[in-house]
Amino acid sequence: MWMGPSYAQGIHRVATEGSYPPWSFRDTDGVLRGWDVDIANALCERMKLRCEIVAQDWDGIIPGLLARKYDLIVASMAITEQRRQRVAFSSKYKETISRFIAKKGTPADVSPAALKGKVIGVQRGSIQAAYLAQIYRQSDLKFYDTAQAAELDLVAGRVDYILGNMVTYHVGFLKTPAAGAFAFTGPNLTGGLLGEGNAIAVRKDDTELLARVNAALDALRADGTYDRITAKYFPFKLM
Amino acid sequence: MVFLHGFETQLLLGAASTVQLAAAALALGTLLGACGCSLRLSRRRPLRAVGHAYIASMRGVPDLLIVFAAFFGGSWALGTVSGGTVDLNPFVAGTIALALSFGAYVAEIARGALASVPKTQREAARTLGLSRWRALCCVIFPQAARAALAPFGNQTIVLLKQTSIVSIVGCDELMRKAAEAAGATREPFTMYLAAACIYLVLTSLLSIGLAWAEGRVLRLDAR
Amino acid sequence: MFDLSLLGIVMPALLKSAILTLQLTTAVVLGGAVIALPVALATNASLSPVRAMAQAYILFFRGTPALVQLFLLYHGPGQFDVVRASWLWPILRDPVWCVVGALSLNSAAYAGKTFGAALAAVPRTTREAARTLGLKRRQAFWLIDVPLALRTALPALGNDVILTCKATSLASTVTLLELTGTARLLSSETYAPVEVFAGAGAVYLALNYTLMVGLRRFEARLHHPH
Repeated sequence: MWMGPSYAQGIHRVATEGSYPPWSFRDTDGVLRGWDVDIANALCERMKLRCEIVAQDWDGIIPGLLARKYDLIVASMAITEQRRQRVAFSSKYKETISRFIAKKGTPADVSPAALKGKVIGVQRGSIQAAYLAQIYRQSDLKFYDTAQAAELDLVAGRVDYILGNMVTYHVGFLKTPAAGAFAFTGPNLTGGLLGEGNAIAVRKDDTELLARVNAALDALRADGTYDRITAKYFPFKLM
Repeated sequence: MVFLHGFETQLLLGAASTVQLAAAALALGTLLGACGCSLRLSRRRPLRAVGHAYIASMRGVPDLLIVFAAFFGGSWALGTVSGGTVDLNPFVAGTIALALSFGAYVAEIARGALASVPKTQREAARTLGLSRWRALCCVIFPQAARAALAPFGNQTIVLLKQTSIVSIVGCDELMRKAAEAAGATREPFTMYLAAACIYLVLTSLLSIGLAWAEGRVLRLDAR
Repeated sequence: MFDLSLLGIVMPALLKSAILTLQLTTAVVLGGAVIALPVALATNASLSPVRAMAQAYILFFRGTPALVQLFLLYHGPGQFDVVRASWLWPILRDPVWCVVGALSLNSAAYAGKTFGAALAAVPRTTREAARTLGLKRRQAFWLIDVPLALRTALPALGNDVILTCKATSLASTVTLLELTGTARLLSSETYAPVEVFAGAGAVYLALNYTLMVGLRRFEARLHHPH
């Protein structure tokens, strides 16, 4: 049987990860839920398409798209040069936001001048590490194997600041009891070395679908649906 | 053991992994050591040079660096071959790295043990009409093995302790389990002390076993 | 396939970080020596509780991995708020002191045992000769026993220096940017692990070779002081 795109039968399949709360996860009834799931549903409504959302393990998510198992990936996928060579990305639908955490009451000035000589902890090899190495050369940078190791040393008092993904901190570290004395400080940091953001992926030859996705994304953001969905999960904006 | 907050099983599982890792590295490393030693003692100069280079480089470089090189280098190699990002199984990378290092020490121990067998033994074997191969296997090797037993045993104990290093690249042995437990309970001192005690038990058991083996060999000698 | 130009780019950073490796090695050798002497004396003590304590110390530090000892010192205090409030914290807060402390204690367990055995092996005749020469016990000990024991123990102690140099690589696990730590950082930045780790390995080989040659020369001089 000729394996045309699933939308030849009128249904579009959308892949998401399914084990990455709060972006996509299964609730106690096994139903897929999460920010990405809601965005996907809203997009399909805007595009006037019938959609079916499926879960796919991260390792196989791009191969699955190329094998026509589904037509869209809405899974908080970061835009990278390597991935650009295999799929087409929509316009950005989520920023990769980084933010500093320090002891509560620390001044909000996190410019390189203000942090001169201070100790900043970061995960080795992360985009935040690349950013700090370039911009915060006069600070004492400490590189850790894992983000958690940096958090542990923040609590222990060995580092004054840590820099990492804002949302991951919000649902992770800042929810732990040890983080009681710490809070976000300084503004949201995005762009440049800190990443191009997340986007929706489609096959490179699906140019019509991509145009429709981009138009729908613009519409979602213009009429406030995007912010409404975000507000269900976070007390801050994602874009 | 309520002070371990329920992590006893995890720690013991980690200990089992540690023993597996050590056993795998021991087997592979002994093999590498035998090869290294025969290269080192070869009649051909290029082979001798290879053996010497292997032993010198493994003994002059920290085990942690060898583990990183094996893990990241191996992952990179697999990645370029498969075209994606692959992480080499930490257990495999750790085994290879530890075996490479252990093998270098074993090669030196073997070389020293063989050298310690008096020349007279070799001459006596020849006068008895034994072929070179039989002389090696039935006269020289047994005596060399006896001389090598103690240092080899000591190096095995070192190997057991060195398995802790593989935790840094993600292998799920005792050290890593202790680190995870420390992170989960926020009681690093308790967890690492528990891990230390388990290591102590393992190395002590190994030492006792080694002493027993040495005692048996000595008694065989006295016969 | 092997990018030689990349190796050339990272080499200066690697060489610079080797300075910290040497500093750590020196500190641990000195610290270990300071701790090893009382341990060596204690192993030969006449009081059995003292001997037992020395042997327990040696058993613990030789029977457990150095990494565990380091983590106990570095991560351990995080469990106890009282330590963080005390005078110990400024010292334990600094990863350098944690590394030097843990590795010195570790090294001293080996050196203490070796040196203690060497001391015990000094022939009785030497001691008797010293007494006939009119030397007091303490003088005899420091002027005769210790130098003789040092000479016997030197090969093993010298080997210990090289092992210490390699052990400083553990400092990379607690954020220190010595040779291994810098290599890891460079590897994650350049995505070229083969070149970076080969370079670091070469620097370690050069370091250890130099140490070995220096130690052998020192040993030779000790045996032929004239």
